[in-house]
This record gives sequence, structure tokens and C-alpha cells, in this order.
Amino acid sequence: MSEAIVIRTSGGFSVRLRPRPLAVGAACVLVALVVAVLAIGGGDYPMSPADVVRTLLGRGTSADAFIVEQVRLPRVLTALAAGGALALSGAAFQALARNPLGSPDLLGFTQGAAAGALTVIVVIGGGGLALAAGAVTGGLVTGAAIYLLAWREGLHGSRLVLVGIGVAATLTGIDGYLLTRANIPDAARAVLWLTGTLDGRGWGDLAPLLAAMIVVVPIVLLGCARGLRILEMGDDAATALGVRVERVRLALLASAVLLSALAAAATGPVAFVALTAPQLARRLTREPGPNLLPSLCMGAALLVTADLVAQRLIPGHRLPVGVVTGVLGGVYLIGLLAGRRRAGRP
Amino acid sequence: MSVTKSSRPPVAPPTGGRRPPRPAGPLAALFFLLVVVAASLAIGAREFSFGEVWHGLLDPHAPAYTVVRQTRLPRTLLGLLAGVALGLAGGVMQALTRNPLADPGLLGINAGASAAVVSAITFLGVTSLGGYVWFAFAGAGAVSALVWAVGGGRAATPGRLALAGAAVNAALYAYVSAVELLDTASLDTMRFWTVGSLATARPSTVTGVAPFVAAGVLLTAVLARPLNALALGDDGARALGARPTGTRAGAIVAVTLLCGAATAACGPIVFVGLMVPHLVRALTGPDLRRLLPYCAVLAPVTLLGADVLGRVLGRPGEVQVGIVTAVAGGPVFLSVVRRRRVAGA
Repeated sequence: MSEAIVIRTSGGFSVRLRPRPLAVGAACVLVALVVAVLAIGGGDYPMSPADVVRTLLGRGTSADAFIVEQVRLPRVLTALAAGGALALSGAAFQALARNPLGSPDLLGFTQGAAAGALTVIVVIGGGGLALAAGAVTGGLVTGAAIYLLAWREGLHGSRLVLVGIGVAATLTGIDGYLLTRANIPDAARAVLWLTGTLDGRGWGDLAPLLAAMIVVVPIVLLGCARGLRILEMGDDAATALGVRVERVRLALLASAVLLSALAAAATGPVAFVALTAPQLARRLTREPGPNLLPSLCMGAALLVTADLVAQRLIPGHRLPVGVVTGVLGGVYLIGLLAGRRRAGRP
Repeated sequence: MSVTKSSRPPVAPPTGGRRPPRPAGPLAALFFLLVVVAASLAIGAREFSFGEVWHGLLDPHAPAYTVVRQTRLPRTLLGLLAGVALGLAGGVMQALTRNPLADPGLLGINAGASAAVVSAITFLGVTSLGGYVWFAFAGAGAVSALVWAVGGGRAATPGRLALAGAAVNAALYAYVSAVELLDTASLDTMRFWTVGSLATARPSTVTGVAPFVAAGVLLTAVLARPLNALALGDDGARALGARPTGTRAGAIVAVTLLCGAATAACGPIVFVGLMVPHLVRALTGPDLRRLLPYCAVLAPVTLLGADVLGRVLGRPGEVQVGIVTAVAGGPVFLSVVRRRRVAGA
């Protein structure tokens, strides 16, 4: 392990920074910014990267400023924020489940958010804020249900996984039911939302996610990261080292559920970002443990890149971003599992 | 057989060898089957008395003939076939993987078949059941091999296999919804098919899948004994004269035939293959020669029961059977997870 820089404050608070994870995080941020500039510059009204940067700094023409501020910037920022939120919640879930496949897409949280959102689309007929509220409510209720069902003298990783899979399968049935009840325009809208799309996202979609991230991300990164790393040694060792095991788990689970539900509310349940981003980050940093901050940066870079690819892949036809992440994630997943098999891990 | 799993003393004195045959069990199972078949024929959007249904079944001039003979009879027969297929597939898979959580729906095999069928419908323009049943077999076979390999083959733990299945399910689900999005016209038909439904059954559907289900049932019957031996481990099975590799390959072929046929006919249905063998095992013990016949009778009871329930709950329309089984099967799955110490994820 390379040299670590330790920052200490007089209040007894300390953070340890290691160069490699920091470099990975910085590289991801750089990629995310470059792709963001390209994404803002592309479209029916093309702008050169220099124009985009000038406009973002407030020195562009008024036409450029309108396009950037009202249309393209909110979309790109939503992609960055949702990607980061999904990846962070995925990293937390994978650490809690002690399994690289334990992401919110597979454990029922996403399906719960989808059930809430579909109820709003199909039964109430609302959109926008009501849809976001439905998704968040669905996600939180599912999170509470899974926690209670999996809790027996503590939360055990593999039981969390199995209970989550069962809940996911049941909720998929309910989602399917809601879909069959809809009329055709609503059904098309619902399927589009279920796939995950960034089309037409404005400041109103971004605001709740951003507000929650400002509160939750520091809680996770500063409040839980250390406890989580010690938790990987096992409950007994962690307890002996002074970690309040159940409290850390509950705080992390609640934060992760909230992040994934809000991300789903903003963009729809984009598949596999939560699963792959922490894995990629961990490979690049070569650090054990949850790698929370690099995962966050990786997720932001991943989703904004996937959205750019989805818009440009087929000329004249804009795919929803969830299709791209779904296909890429599926391929990655098979590679991951095959690698695990070769390594002979049980 | 004096070894019991619990520490409590056995209630009944341990018996040696084969249990005495109890005719009450099979008779009760067949009675239930008769009841749900009658209910499936009698209950629906149009209300008929049992007498009218009976005449409608036999007399071409009876007022109920069209509804009963053209709609409800094929639907009931299809429910029987699909139920037999899913129940047996679940029983065989649980024995093959030695995994109490194995289910063709949960492990993504039905999703593989449905992804192949959706592709065939959208990209190749295949419209008849006889055409896309082959795609369903290809999809089911590919996914069962994939999940088996990815889940760790013989070393697979219940948790790992379930996760591998869930992951494959999620990837295929994303694919299917992407295809649906690209083609809004087929979304309208496919959103009903992808939840699992018996409603579209025609007489031709039944005759189309019957041979494949029959082949699967025969193969399963042949495999019951070697699969029993396989429960002792490979060496034990060889000592008893079974061939482990051949048995496994045969079992995967049987599961592919059964799941592919059921999915091609009525869409992906989860949890039937999980629930039924579980409930039956409590009744019969682990011997597949007793377990599988019960599954073959009680799985259609479950599927048709869920279908009738969906028709009653959804009046004047209906709730698709795949949704009823998903919602009813979830709690069974959760109780299995909570009760057993299914370790290893």
C-alpha cells in the first residue's frame, strides 16, 4: 500500500487520503467533465467545446446561454447526480450484502420504486413531482419491508440477498399488473420510465435529488465509511473494535435506499450502474473495502457517458440511456461471474 | 431410517424400508385437480350454471358451447399442461442443483425463453406458436447452461445460484423492455404476454405444446431414479449404477423442454416451480419417485387455482395468472428463506 496522507483537525476528526484512490476519483471526474462538455455541445444545435466552456463561464451569446442553461445543462447534471447516487448506493449495498452482486437493482429496491412510480402513472395519472414522490415512497417502503423481513438477531448478508430477490420477484409481478392496467400511451410512458431515460429532464427533476445528496452523501462518506470498512472483518471483530454494528448498518441501508429511490425518481431505474460502477472503481483503485468516493465519481462518469452513447449510437434515433447501461451491464455481469468462477471463489 | 434432523425424539416409531401405501393422498390430490378443472370451466366473465357448462361441453347446440368449448376448455387444458411442466421442472431443478430455492422463473430460464420469443416476434416476424416454440427452447437451454455455469456448477450454493439467476433475469428484462420500446405496436401484445397469461389459449396452442410437454414428462419419469441416486453425491450415484454426467445432461434437457414449452405457450411464470415441490416435499419426503407424481398433479392445481382466482379478483376483466403466482409465491419463498438456514451467498 502506498503512503497515505492523514489530515487531522483539532476536534479529534481525521481523514486518511491515499494517492491511488484519489487519482482514480480525479480521473473519473475529469472524464465526466469532458463528456459533459461534449454532451452539452452536441445535438440539433451544435456548439464547439470552446463555446460550451465560454457559455458555462457566463460569457457566451444569449442564444447559446438559453440552450445550455434551459435544455442541456439540467440533463447533463441530472445524469451526473443520478449516476453518482446510484453508484454510491450500490457500493453501500454491496458492502452490506458482502456480495459484489448485491445491488439495488437485484434486491428489490428498484422494483419497489418502480411500483410506486407506476402507481402514480397508471392509477393517479400524474407526472413530474408526483411521479418522483411515488418512486421515493415505493423505494422507502420496500427498503423498510426488506429490512424487517431479513432481520433476525441482526442483519445477515446472505439473508438480505435472498429476501431481496424474493421481494424483487414479487414486485416484478405487481409492476407487470400495473402495466397491463394502463392504456397504451400510459403504458408506453411507463415502459420508457422503467427503462430509465434522461429525455426532457429539467431543473425541477434535478432539485430534489441534489438537495438529498447534499445531506446524505456526507453522512455516508464521513459518518459510515470507517464503520463499514471495519464491518468487513465480521460483526464480532467490529463490535470489539467499538463499532455499533446495527446502527451503522441501519444508517447505511437508509441512506442507500434513499439515494437509489431519488435517483430512480429523477431518471427512472437505470439498470446496472449501481452494480458495475463500484466494481470498476474497486478494480482501478486496487483497494479493499467499499471504495465509496471513487465509486461515486465512477458512477457519474459512467451514466453521463452512457447517455452520450445512447443519443449518438443510432443516427436519428435516440435510445433511452437505460438500454445502453442494461446491455453493457449484462455483458459485464457475465464477465464478472465467469471471472469469479475461474478464481474458484465459493 | 433412525436419523432425524431435529433434536426432538421422533413422534412415530421409525419404520424400516418402504412406507405402507396410503391411498388417501393421491385420491385427495386428484380430487383437488377435479375441483379446479371444474371451477376453471365454470367461472369466467359470462356466468353459467354447472348444468349449462356440462351441456356446453358436449352439445354443439347448447348456448354455452362457444364459450366453454372454444375459450375455457383450451385455457383449462393449457393450464394443466403448463402446470405439469412447471411443477416437474421445479422438482427436477431442485433435485439437480440440490437447492431448495431453484425455480425456473427465479433462475431466469423462463426469462431466457421469453427473450428469445420476443426477439423472434419482433425481428424475424415469427407469429405462430409452432414457429417460436423452437426459439423458446433455444433461449431456455442457453440460459440454463449459463446460470448453471455462472452459478458455480456443482459447487454452487443456493445463494449464489439465486443471485446468478437474478442477475441474468435483470439483464434479460432490460433487453425485453428495450425491444418493446423500439416497437410500440408489439408492446401492446407483449405486455400481456410477458407477465404470464393463459387468456390467449386456442385449441391450436394446446396441441402445439402438448407433444413437447409429453416428451419432457417421459424424460423426467425415466430420470427420477438416477436423480435420486445423485442426491448421494457422484461417487455414491456411480456405486448405485447411475451415470452422473448423463443424468445431469438429461435433466437439463428435460427442464429446457418443460420450461420452453410452458413459456412459449403462456409467457414467463414465476414461483409455481418453487412453491409446489416445497409443499409436496413436506408431504412425501425427498424421494423423487413419490415427489414428482404429486408435483405433476398439484402444480396444475396451483396454476389453475391462481388463474381462476385472477378471473374472480379482476372481474369484469382478469388478473393474469403470472401476476397471481408472483404475488402469492413471494411469501412462500420468504418463509423458506427465513425458516431454513440457507447459507452462502
